[in-house]
Amino acid sequence: MSPLPVRSRHLERLLELRRSATNHAVTALAVVSTVLVLVPLVAIVGYLIYKGASSLNLAFFTHLPAPVGEKGGGMANAIAGSGLLLGLASLMGIPLGIGAGVYLSEYAHGTWLGSAVRFTADVLNGVPSIVMGIAAYALIVARQQHFSALSGGVALAIMMVPTVTRTTEEMLATVPNPVREAALGLGIPKWRTVLSVSLRTASPGIITGCMLAFARVAGETAPLLFTAFGNQFWNLFNLNQPIAALPLQIYVYAISPYDDWHRLAWAGALVLVVMIMIAVTLVRIFANRGVLKGGH
Amino acid sequence: MGVDIRVENLNAWYGAVHTLHDVNLRIPANHATALIGPSGCGKSTFVRCLNRMHETNPAARAEGKVMMGDVDIFKDATPVEIRRRVGMVFQRPNPFPTMSIYDNVASGLKLNGFRNKRVLDEVVERSLRQAALWDEVKDDLKKKSGASISGGQQQRLCIARALAVDPEVLLMDEPASALDPVSTAKIEDLIFKLKSQYTIVIVTHNMQQAARVAENTGFFLMGKLVEFAATTKIFTNPSDKRTEDYITGRFG
Amino acid sequence: MNEPKTVPVDRPQMQKVVVPQERAVPTERTVETAATPAGLSVVRSFLLAKSSGRYADGAFASLMVVCALSVFAIVLLIVFVLISKSMPSIHQFGWRFFETRTWDPVSGQFGALPFIYGTVVSSLLAVLIAVPLALAVSIFLLDICPRFLRGPISFLTELLAAIPSVVYGLWGVFVLVPIIRDQVGPVLEKYLGWTGFFAEPNFGVSMFSAGVILAIMIFPVISSISRDVMRAVPVNQREAVLALGATRWEMLRIGVLRNSRMGIVGSVILGLGRALGETMAVTMVIGNHPDILKNLLAPGYTLASVIANEFTEATGDLYLSALIEIGLALFLVTIVVNAIARLLVWAVMRGNTARAH
Repeated sequence: MSPLPVRSRHLERLLELRRSATNHAVTALAVVSTVLVLVPLVAIVGYLIYKGASSLNLAFFTHLPAPVGEKGGGMANAIAGSGLLLGLASLMGIPLGIGAGVYLSEYAHGTWLGSAVRFTADVLNGVPSIVMGIAAYALIVARQQHFSALSGGVALAIMMVPTVTRTTEEMLATVPNPVREAALGLGIPKWRTVLSVSLRTASPGIITGCMLAFARVAGETAPLLFTAFGNQFWNLFNLNQPIAALPLQIYVYAISPYDDWHRLAWAGALVLVVMIMIAVTLVRIFANRGVLKGGH
Repeated sequence: MGVDIRVENLNAWYGAVHTLHDVNLRIPANHATALIGPSGCGKSTFVRCLNRMHETNPAARAEGKVMMGDVDIFKDATPVEIRRRVGMVFQRPNPFPTMSIYDNVASGLKLNGFRNKRVLDEVVERSLRQAALWDEVKDDLKKKSGASISGGQQQRLCIARALAVDPEVLLMDEPASALDPVSTAKIEDLIFKLKSQYTIVIVTHNMQQAARVAENTGFFLMGKLVEFAATTKIFTNPSDKRTEDYITGRFG
Repeated sequence: MNEPKTVPVDRPQMQKVVVPQERAVPTERTVETAATPAGLSVVRSFLLAKSSGRYADGAFASLMVVCALSVFAIVLLIVFVLISKSMPSIHQFGWRFFETRTWDPVSGQFGALPFIYGTVVSSLLAVLIAVPLALAVSIFLLDICPRFLRGPISFLTELLAAIPSVVYGLWGVFVLVPIIRDQVGPVLEKYLGWTGFFAEPNFGVSMFSAGVILAIMIFPVISSISRDVMRAVPVNQREAVLALGATRWEMLRIGVLRNSRMGIVGSVILGLGRALGETMAVTMVIGNHPDILKNLLAPGYTLASVIANEFTEATGDLYLSALIEIGLALFLVTIVVNAIARLLVWAVMRGNTARAH
C-alpha cells in the first residue's frame, strides 16, 4: 500500500473532527447565549416583583401623592388618570383603526390606495412615540396654550391606530370568502355583510389586536410628557386640564432624589406591568380559543 | 312560486378572458334544470350571472339580457334585490361559523331587518323541514353552531338558509361535489321534492345526477351553450356530436 | 304549529316536461303566513318592500374610506406640524444645524451633532450586543431546546417585550447603572482601556449603559422576527442538507441562515429603528450631556432624550423650534429605516409563502 491513502485518511479524520468540534462549539454557544439573555430577564422581573411588592400597600391605590418629606402617599390619581387617558385613546383609536382595516380587507383588494394605506400604517407603527407627543403638542397644546388630558389621549390614540388597522385586516383575511358570498347571495347588503358576518366571524382576533394595542400604549410615557403633563391632584372629568398618568408618575419619582418616592416608583412599575400582563394574558386566552370554532 | 328565466345573448368576461359566448336559453318555472359540461366550460360563471354574484369579483363583467319573470335583472333591479329573489347554494357548504343553526337559517331575514319572532320561528322550522334537516337538529337549534354539524348536514342547512327567504329561483352550483354518496343522495331527494315549488338551476359535473333530478339539461362547452333540451333527449338522442361525445365519455 | 306542507311527492315527471305546466295556487305552499291579496307570503312581501340598501352601502363604504384616508392624514399632519414648527430653527441655522457641536440654550446656539452622535452610537452598540444573542437564542429555541423549555422561554422573551420603557429605565437607574459603575466599568477599563473606548471618568450613567439597556429592549423584536423568518424556511431545505450528512451547524448555516439572511437583516434593521427612537429608558441612564466623546463610559445625549428632557422647559421660540427640528429629523430617519426593514421582511416572507403553497 502506498502511503498516500493513509495520509488522506488521516486528513479526512482531522476534518471530520473539526466539523464535529465546530458543531459542538456552536451548540454550546447557543446554549450559553440563551442563559446569558435569561439572566437580565429574570433579574428585571425578579427585582421588579421584589422591590414593587415590598413597597405596595393599600394607600398606594387610595391616596394622592404626598408632598416631599411626608411619609406615605399613593398614586390613586395616576391610576385613574391612566384609565381615563387609555379610555379616551381607545374610543378614538380603535374605531378608526377597525374602519381602516375593514377598508383594506373588504374594499381595497389590489388597489394602489390599499397598498399605500397599508404601507403608511406600517410606517406610522415605527414612528417613535416621542414624535407623537410633539405632534399632539403642536396640534393641540400649542393652540390651546395649556396641557390637557385630551392632547394626551390623542397622542395615544394615534399610536393605537396602525396596530388595530393591521390586525383587523389580517383577521378579516382569515374569514373564508365563501362565507361572505353566502351572505351576499341571500340579498344582504354589503355593509350588513361586513358588520354582521365578516367582522363578527373575525371578532376574537380583532379583540386580541385591540388588547395588544391597548397594552402597548398603556406603558407609554414619552408622548405624555408634554401633553397630559402630569398632575398631583385628582382630575377625573376635565379633559382640558393636565392629568396624571401612571407611567409619567413612575418617571418623575424615579429621577427624584427621595428614597420614599423611589419606593413608590417601584410599586407603580409593578402595578403597571401587572396590569399590562393581565391584558396580554387575556389576549392569549382569546388567541388560544381560535379564531373560528369548528368549520374547516 | 317560481318564475321562468329567459337569457338572451349573455356574454361574460373574466378580466380579458371571454368566458361566456352569446348564451340564449329559456329556463321554465318550477322545474329543475341541469347544466353539465367539463370543468372550466362556463357553467358556474353562467349561474353566478343569474343572481349577479359575478359582480362580487371586480374583474368579472357580463353583458346581455336576463329576464326573470318580467324583470330585467341587469336593468330593473339592484344586485341586492335580485339576490333576495334568487337563492344560491354553493359548492362547499358555507354556514356562518359564529352563528347558531337557528341564526343561520334566519340570517337572510334577520340581517335584512326582519324582527317578528313568531314568524321567524315558523320560517326556520318550515325551511329546516323542507331541507329534511329538522328532525336531526331540532333539539340544538340555538345551542350548536352552524359549523359544528357534519358536512352533509351543513349543506342542507345552507339549502334551508336559502329557502328561508322564500325565493323564486334556487341556483345550486355543484351542491353535492364536496359530499359523500349518502349525503349526495339526500340532496338529490331534496331537489326532487323542491322543484315543483321553485325554479331550480343546478350545475353538476355528474351526469347521472342531472338525469336523476332535472327535466331539462343544458350542455356547456368552452363558454358556449352547445345544446339545451329535455334531459331524456340529451342523454338518449343528442342532436349535437359534441354532446354525444361528452355524455358517452369521450372527453371531459 | 302548522304542519309544514312539503311538496306532494308525486311521481317523477321528468320525461314529459319541456313546457312548464301551470302551477297550483300559491296558498298551497306557505303555511304560516296568511297570503296577502297578491298571493305573496309575509316574508316575500317584507323583502320586496325592503330597500336595497344602496345608499347605506355607499355611506358605509365612504366611512371606511375616510378611516383609511385618516391614516394618511395623520402622517401628513405630523409631517406638516413638525416642518412648520421647526421653520424658525431651519431658517436660522440651515444645514449647519446638523453639523454644529454647540448646544447652548443660554446664548441661543443650537447644533444637533452631539445628539446625532449619541443616537447613532447607542443604537449601534445595542445592535452589536443584541444581534448575536438574539440569533443564538433563535437557533436554540428552534433546533436545540427541549420541547418543555420552549414554551416558558419564548413566553419570557415575549414578556420582555411587554414591559414599558419607563420600567426598563427604573431598573436601569437603580440596578444597571450601579453595576456598570462599580463592577463592569473598571474591568472594561483595565482590559480594553487601550482602545480608548473605556476610560475615566466612569459615573455609571453613560453611553454604554444606554447601549446595554437598548440591547435588552430590542432583543425581543430581533429574536421573534428572525425566528419567524428562520421557521419560514421550508423543511425540505433543511432535510436536503441533512441528507448529505451535514452536522447541525452546517445544516443551519447552509440550509437555514443562507435562506433567511434577508429577513434576518430586516429584523435587525427593525430593531435598529426601535433603538433610534427609544426615549424614556435611554433618557434615564445616558447622563444627558451634549458632548461628543470617544469614551463610552462617559455620559452622552440622544435626539429622543434631549426632546424628552428639555421640551417642557424650553424658553423662547427658537429653543422650542430647535427641539422640534430634532423631532423632525428623528421622524424622517426612523421612517426611512423602518421602510427598508419592512420591505426586506415582506420580500422574504412573501417569497417563502409563495414557495410553500
